[in-house]
Amino acid sequence: MSAILEIHDVDKHFDISGSFLDQLQLSKGKITRKRTVVKAVNNVTLDIQPGETLSIVGESGCGKSTLARTVMGLYKPNKGTISYRGDRIDHLNSVKMLPYRTKMQMVFQDPYASLNPRMNVRQILEEPVRFHNPDLSRSEIKARVSEVMLQVGVDPVWASNYPHEFSGGQRQRISIARALVVDPEFIAADEPIAALDVSIQAQILNLLMDAQEQRGLTYLFISHDLSVVEHISTRVAVMYLGCICELATAKELFSNPKHPYTQALLSAIPRLGGKIGGHVRLSGDVPTPINLPSGCAFSGRCPHVNERCMQEIPAQLKLESGSVVACHGIEEGRI
Amino acid sequence: METLIDIKNLRVDFALRSGTVRAVRDVSLSINKGERLGIVGESGAGKSVLGFSIINLISKPGKITDGEIIFKGHDISKYSYDQMRKIRGNRISMIFQDPMMTLNPVLTIGTQMMETVLAHMDVSKKEAEKICLEKLTKVYIPSPEKRLSQYPHEFSGGMRQRIVIAISLLTSPNLIIADEPTTALDVTIQAEIMDLLLELCKTENMGLILITHDLAVVSEVTQRIAVLYAGKVVELGLSEQIINNPQHPYTQGLIQALPQMAGGKKRLNQIPGMMPSLLDMPKGCPFEPRCTICIERCKQEIPILKELESGTQVACFMRNGANKR
Ligand SMILES: Nc1ncnc2c1ncn2[C@@H]1O[C@H](COP(=O)(O)OP(=O)(O)OP(=O)(O)O)[C@@H](O)[C@H]1O
Ligand SMILES: Nc1ncnc2c1ncn2[C@@H]1O[C@H](COP(=O)(O)OP(=O)(O)OP(=O)(O)O)[C@@H](O)[C@H]1O
Ligand SMILES: [Mg+2]
Ligand SMILES: [Mg+2]
Repeated sequence: MSAILEIHDVDKHFDISGSFLDQLQLSKGKITRKRTVVKAVNNVTLDIQPGETLSIVGESGCGKSTLARTVMGLYKPNKGTISYRGDRIDHLNSVKMLPYRTKMQMVFQDPYASLNPRMNVRQILEEPVRFHNPDLSRSEIKARVSEVMLQVGVDPVWASNYPHEFSGGQRQRISIARALVVDPEFIAADEPIAALDVSIQAQILNLLMDAQEQRGLTYLFISHDLSVVEHISTRVAVMYLGCICELATAKELFSNPKHPYTQALLSAIPRLGGKIGGHVRLSGDVPTPINLPSGCAFSGRCPHVNERCMQEIPAQLKLESGSVVACHGIEEGRI
Repeated sequence: METLIDIKNLRVDFALRSGTVRAVRDVSLSINKGERLGIVGESGAGKSVLGFSIINLISKPGKITDGEIIFKGHDISKYSYDQMRKIRGNRISMIFQDPMMTLNPVLTIGTQMMETVLAHMDVSKKEAEKICLEKLTKVYIPSPEKRLSQYPHEFSGGMRQRIVIAISLLTSPNLIIADEPTTALDVTIQAEIMDLLLELCKTENMGLILITHDLAVVSEVTQRIAVLYAGKVVELGLSEQIINNPQHPYTQGLIQALPQMAGGKKRLNQIPGMMPSLLDMPKGCPFEPRCTICIERCKQEIPILKELESGTQVACFMRNGANKR
C-alpha cells in the first residue's frame, strides 16, 4: 500500500533573534551579529498509511504541533519534502494548496485561539462547507451542519451563540465539527480531546473511530493522554527535541518500549488510585531546542549515556519487531 | 483543621438575550488550609465559572446572585473590584484554563512577570528578575533567561501553560485554583508540576482547587473530589471513595468511559445523550434524562446531597436511601 502522506527528512526552524539591531552584540571589542534559532523539528522522516491512526507523543515543546502545522502547509519546512498521495505539497502557494485543503483538515490545539470570535457557531461551521462545496443549496448546508453538531454533542440550539459563550470543551467540539464538516480524507488532530471530560472524550473518540471505519479516514493524532493514544492508535511515533526517537505499533510500544525516553515517558502515566511521584525522574538539564546537543538529543538526560552518545547523532535502526529506534545503546546491545 | 475558604450556597447567573443561564446552582464547598480538592465533571458543568466566581472574575453578563464566599473571615463575594485586586494574584491565584487569559499577547513574558512581582512585592528590579527566572526554572522552562524576551505566541502550548503556572506561583499564594493546569503537558512534566503543587500544599500549607478532566491525575493528587453536573455538586467525598466506589450514576458513567474500562473493546463506553441545556433544565434531577436507574420521583423533584455511611455525599434518590421505605 502506498502512503497517503510522506514526510521526508524535514527540518523546521524558527529564527527568534528579533530585529537586526537586537542581533548585534559586542564581544571582545568587536560587534558581531548573533542569531538565535529554535530548532523545533529536525530530520523527521515518517510515512502515514491510508486508514491508519498515527499518533505523535512526546515532551511539551518537542515540536509535535510544529510538525503537524508543517505537514498541513501552514509552515514551510527549512529542509525536506512533504508529499500527499505522491504529490509534493510543501512548496505550494496558497492557491495551489486549495484542493488539498478540503482533503486535509486540522483540529488546532488551542480551541480558544482557533475560532473566529466574531462569527457565531453556525457561521463558523457553514463557511467551510460553502467554500468547499459551492454547489450545495442553503438547506443542504444547514442539514450537514446540524448533523455534525449533533455528532460532536453540541446542541443545535446553540448555533447562534459566539465562541466566548462556550466552555473550553464545548469550543473544542466546535473545532472538531469544523474539521469533520467538509468530509476530509486526512485529519491532523492536535490535542483534540485535551479539554474534554472523559464521557465526551469517549463520545468524540468513538465518533472519530466510526468515521475512520466508514470513510477510511486517516489521522495524525497528537495527544498527551497516553491511555487514549494506546487505545486508538495503529502506530505511535515518540518525539524528543524535534527528532523521532522511536516508532512502533501501539501494541509493541506500550508493551515493550525500547528507547530510554519512551520508557521514562510511559512510567509517568498517571494511574487511577495511584500515587504521584512513582515515575522515572529524568535528571540532567532540561534540553533546549535553541542549543541542540551535538550527539543524541536525549544524551543530556539519558541514564545509559556514554561518550559516543554525546558526539554522534544516532541513526534510525530497524528492529526485528518492525519498530524503529534511534539509540546507540540499543544498536550496541548495551540496553 | 483550619478552614481556608468556605463557599456557601453559591449561585451564578448569566442573563442572556435568550434567557438566564444558571451556571452554578447553590454550590457549597469548603477547603482547609493545605487541603487539595478536586473538581471534575461534564464539560460545561460550571467548573471554570465556579473558579472565576471565587476571584470575582466572572465574564459579563455573569453575576453572583446568591451565596457567600468566606476567605479569612470576610465575605469576598461582596468585595469591590479594587478590594479584590489586592487578593487576586496575591493571596488567591488562578491558573486559567485558557493561558491567554493571563498572558497579554503584545507583551513579552518577562515584562508581564516583572509587572506581577513588582505590583505585589517590595523588591528591586534585579531581585524581581531573579524571582521570575527561579519560578520559570521550577516549571521546567529551559534557558529561561533567553525566553524572557519572547512573546506568548512563540511558545508551545505546554510552555505557555507552564509560564502561567510560574506566574501564579510568583507571590506564594494561600490558595491556588488550577483550572486544567496540565492538559497541554506531557505526562513527565505533568508529574513534575503535580509534585511541585503537592509540595507547596504540604510545606507552605497552600490550599489547592484542582479542576481537571483527568480522573487519574485527580485521584493521585487530591484528597477530596466534588463531581459537578449542570451547575450542581452531585457527589462529594474522599477521592479514593469517589474513584473506587462511585455512587452517583453520572460519576459511575464517567469512570466507565475511561479507555482502561473498555475491556479490550474498541468502542469506549459513553454516557448516552448530552447534558441538558442550562436554558432548558428538566424539572427534576438534571441527570434524569440520561439516567438508566431513574424512577418517577426523579422526574419531579431535585435530589439534594445526603451523606452515606461511607462519608460520601450524593444527590440521587436511588442512592441516598431516600427511596427506601
Ligand atoms: N460569558 C458567558 N456567557 C454565557 N454563558 C456562559 C458564559 N461563560 C460560561 N457560560 C456557560 O456557563 C456554563 C458553564 O461554563 P464553564 O466554563 O464553567 O464550564 P466548565 O465546567 O469549565 O467546562 P469545561 O470543562 O468544558 O471547561 C456553560 O454551559 C457555558 O455555556
Ligand atoms: N511561531 C513560532 N516562533 C518561534 N518559536 C516557535 C514558534 N512556534 C513554535 N516555536 C518553538 O518551537 C518549539 C516546538 O513547539 P511546538 O508548539 O511544536 O511544541 P509541541 O510539541 O506541540 O508542544 P506542546 O505539547 O506543549 O503543545 C518550542 O520551543 C517553541 O517555542
Ligand atoms: Mg503543541
Ligand atoms: Mg472550564
